[in-house]
Amino acid sequence: MKNNTLYTFLVALFLFSSNNAFAADSASGSSILNIGMWAVAILIIFFLIIQVSDNLIRIEGKEAGLDANQQAGLSLFPSFSKLFSAKKPEYIKEGAFYALKAGHNIVLEGEAEKVIKQSNATTFAVQPQNFVGISPIPKVTVAVGDEVKAGDVVCFDKKRPDIKYVAPVSGEVIAVNRGAKRSIKEVVILADKEINYKALPKLDLENASREALVNHLLETGGWTMIRQRPFGIVPDVADVPKGVFISTFDSAPLAPDLNFVVEGKGAAFQKGLDVLRMLTDGEVHLGLDARGGDAPSTVFTGATGVKKHWFHGKHPVGNVGIQIHHIAPIAGNDKVWTLGVQEVITIGKIFAEGKFDASRVIAVTGAETTAPAYVDTYLGANVGSLVGEVKENVRLVSGDVLSGQEKTKEEFLDFSDDQITTIKEGNEYEMFGWLAPMDARPSVSQTFLSGLADVTYEANTNTHGEKRAFVVTGQYEKVLPMDIFPQHLMKAILVNDFERMEGLGINELLEEDIALCEFACTSKQPLQKILREGLETMREQA
Amino acid sequence: MGLLDTLKKIEPDKKESPFLHTLYDGFFTFAFAPNSVAKGGTHIKDGIDLKRTMVLVVLAMQLCYLFGSINIGHQHFAALGLYPGFVQGLHLKLAYGLVKLIPIFAVTHLVGLGIEFWYAAKKGHAIEEGFLVSGALIPLIMPPDIPLLWLGMAVAFAVIIGKEAFGGTGMNILNVALLARVFIFFAYPTTISGDEVWVAGLEKPEAGALADYGTIFTGFFNPLFESLGFTSLFNPEATVIDGYTAATPLSLAYQGGWENVTRVYSESQMWWGGIPGSIGETSKPLILAGAAILIATGIASWRIMLSMFVGAAVMAMLLNVWDATPFMSVPWYYQFWMGSFFFAMAFMATDPVTAASTNRGKIIYGFLIGFVGMIIRVLNPAYPEGWMLAILFMNVFAPLIDHYVLEANMTRRMNRANA
Repeated sequence: MKNNTLYTFLVALFLFSSNNAFAADSASGSSILNIGMWAVAILIIFFLIIQVSDNLIRIEGKEAGLDANQQAGLSLFPSFSKLFSAKKPEYIKEGAFYALKAGHNIVLEGEAEKVIKQSNATTFAVQPQNFVGISPIPKVTVAVGDEVKAGDVVCFDKKRPDIKYVAPVSGEVIAVNRGAKRSIKEVVILADKEINYKALPKLDLENASREALVNHLLETGGWTMIRQRPFGIVPDVADVPKGVFISTFDSAPLAPDLNFVVEGKGAAFQKGLDVLRMLTDGEVHLGLDARGGDAPSTVFTGATGVKKHWFHGKHPVGNVGIQIHHIAPIAGNDKVWTLGVQEVITIGKIFAEGKFDASRVIAVTGAETTAPAYVDTYLGANVGSLVGEVKENVRLVSGDVLSGQEKTKEEFLDFSDDQITTIKEGNEYEMFGWLAPMDARPSVSQTFLSGLADVTYEANTNTHGEKRAFVVTGQYEKVLPMDIFPQHLMKAILVNDFERMEGLGINELLEEDIALCEFACTSKQPLQKILREGLETMREQA
Repeated sequence: MGLLDTLKKIEPDKKESPFLHTLYDGFFTFAFAPNSVAKGGTHIKDGIDLKRTMVLVVLAMQLCYLFGSINIGHQHFAALGLYPGFVQGLHLKLAYGLVKLIPIFAVTHLVGLGIEFWYAAKKGHAIEEGFLVSGALIPLIMPPDIPLLWLGMAVAFAVIIGKEAFGGTGMNILNVALLARVFIFFAYPTTISGDEVWVAGLEKPEAGALADYGTIFTGFFNPLFESLGFTSLFNPEATVIDGYTAATPLSLAYQGGWENVTRVYSESQMWWGGIPGSIGETSKPLILAGAAILIATGIASWRIMLSMFVGAAVMAMLLNVWDATPFMSVPWYYQFWMGSFFFAMAFMATDPVTAASTNRGKIIYGFLIGFVGMIIRVLNPAYPEGWMLAILFMNVFAPLIDHYVLEANMTRRMNRANA
């Protein structure tokens, strides 16, 4: 850094002195320009002196052991982001505030009304394929006709037999469905009217060792609630995470309001946080919502024993991957854990109430839903019974429209999803649709007039164009608030260049983080698929 | 949807006649946005696609087309000493301009699209939209009297060697439109860099030369305009007036600085574009209007445009300070009054495929184009204008700029791991 500055300084000095020599030769050199040039030169020299001292202060700061954020505060120059960024809301009392610029909110029709309905779902499923990296045919320990309790082991992976996958509800196992190449697709349970919970052994949290705690989680199924980054897998038993990250808000289109979801579950949430804190060497980080005028739920703001970070910005600001990148980026061989809010509550209840309570509040959303609202049900509920009547030519999505999975009425909600979206299929030709579209459609680009107004879109699944080679540049960076070059990363994945993939930060990403880039892509490239292929190659290498 | 059904009925078989099928597919997807739905990734997709992107660029240059076709006629009549006002004899100027422009446009697209279609059929992929923009740009950067055979060869060279050899749209290293221009530039250097081709319809821009009208003017347009009641017609007897020069402002500036330029052309004439030059590059306000559209829609990078302007301005200022030749002493802001800087900035340098692809890289890329282009323009006697060569030069260096931007990113990440 210092060398560079010195070099620039010398070059500038040389340039200016030589110019002057030339100017002196010619009689017609205009004096105003000459004086102007001198003024600029003096300004540049002053700037360089300040720049050098600024760097020296930073180096001192680094040696004194300040972290990167604090070092930035030492700078003599106010940083651009500080000058122009959003104002910090009043309600933030503790914790760092991050205002992210990149991103885009897709506003769709069909937001869930804030009422909780009882679900009429009767079948629930454990779907091994929800877990990245599990063998296609895990060992299923139950047979059709067996009675299970909520928390009973249903299956485990032969590669990692310690990790037990358990039943979310009690009832009768009515089917073990197989998918492509005889892989286990789902183990279906017909739920009892009243859920019976398997009695879990008590664990004295105060005096338990980490090992005992891990074993307890493995046996009770709580372990499967945790995801490990990189790769988004259920963590290895041997790994100790550098930190645990929980995002307490979701910025995806039509995403559930987690403040509403956690109402009355504060104690279990806090218990979950306490458990997680014992599992990591580092901290438990909570990403809090600083977008709104009102403070988020006191369940989140009042949580203790965690480090709080406030985030302001557009989607994907609520994605935990984005938050990790700004709090403490994954580097080298780091492993971090992430959880959803409702997963933390389930872990909390294992310890607080001694039962595996996988109840979930799901937002049923989308323009094609008759009455979008929240539904109280359990993990892995049947999709059809949650959405009710569905018209022809409508797609059901478990999760949000960007990173969710398409489902039929007979299939089940994916493991980590707390949302169902219904959306119209766009399988129609449209005359000059690319030039003069008939209806308003969401777009990150500024080429649609509807982008100027506050439009709530009724989107459909049409691709609005065909796949092309990468042509447009700078588009992904606009919607990904990370110091990452997504297009170059994608190209590195496509040519299987491991070093570049790692260097460009593949380990910091999961599909959900890149989903908005895929939405925005002019060339309609399948970025999430490409990224997953890259992650799989990286995982095989590791 | 009667039309849709009819179109679907005539779809050629893909196996039997792949070329016809590709052709059909190209025109069908142009008329109807396909009914494909998102599978496996996001369930909704942005409304923008490559067609829309490309067509918006083409729309942004329509004002240049309109002005260019009138200006061809305007320059022609200026040589004959007729209709000195820009809108005087507008019907004649427009008719004359279109007769010159339409063949250029037609040949460009016939050759370029023909090659594109053929490659698409051969490779079995859909027709890509890249040539929409290249094909619209090429006529605008050609002199009005360009021989059509040369033009055809240049377009073929640019599309085959410049683009298809690298794998088609999105894969090319050099700007296709500029490659067509550079082909003519180096293949016919005496003609293109002289004064002759810049004004249409004169064999030699010497006093007394006859206006060179074919039967299309005397036999078709004259009776047509007569029947419409116009009194001013094409006059085949008209000759080039005494003291006329078809020299471009840049060659004047090279010979005698800014005073020499203003002796022939007024400042406002140069700014508004009523001067000889390539078809679409003369009118600065209309180009800037196009640039404004591109920036407002976010299609072209404002970073490249801004930094290119700054780069050119800085170099021009340095040359002002140096002040060794008459051209160097042209005040730096007047450098933008002459030549095709704005056209190169708005439409050529911003091509996303050949420009640097990182935001930081774009700033460096644009700055260097401005910097190098001004050096070529002012210091090199062989080349009257610098932007074409500067952009192609920086096209080649764009991957290198990106490489260092990415390396810096990777180093940051590595340092984090080691810290």
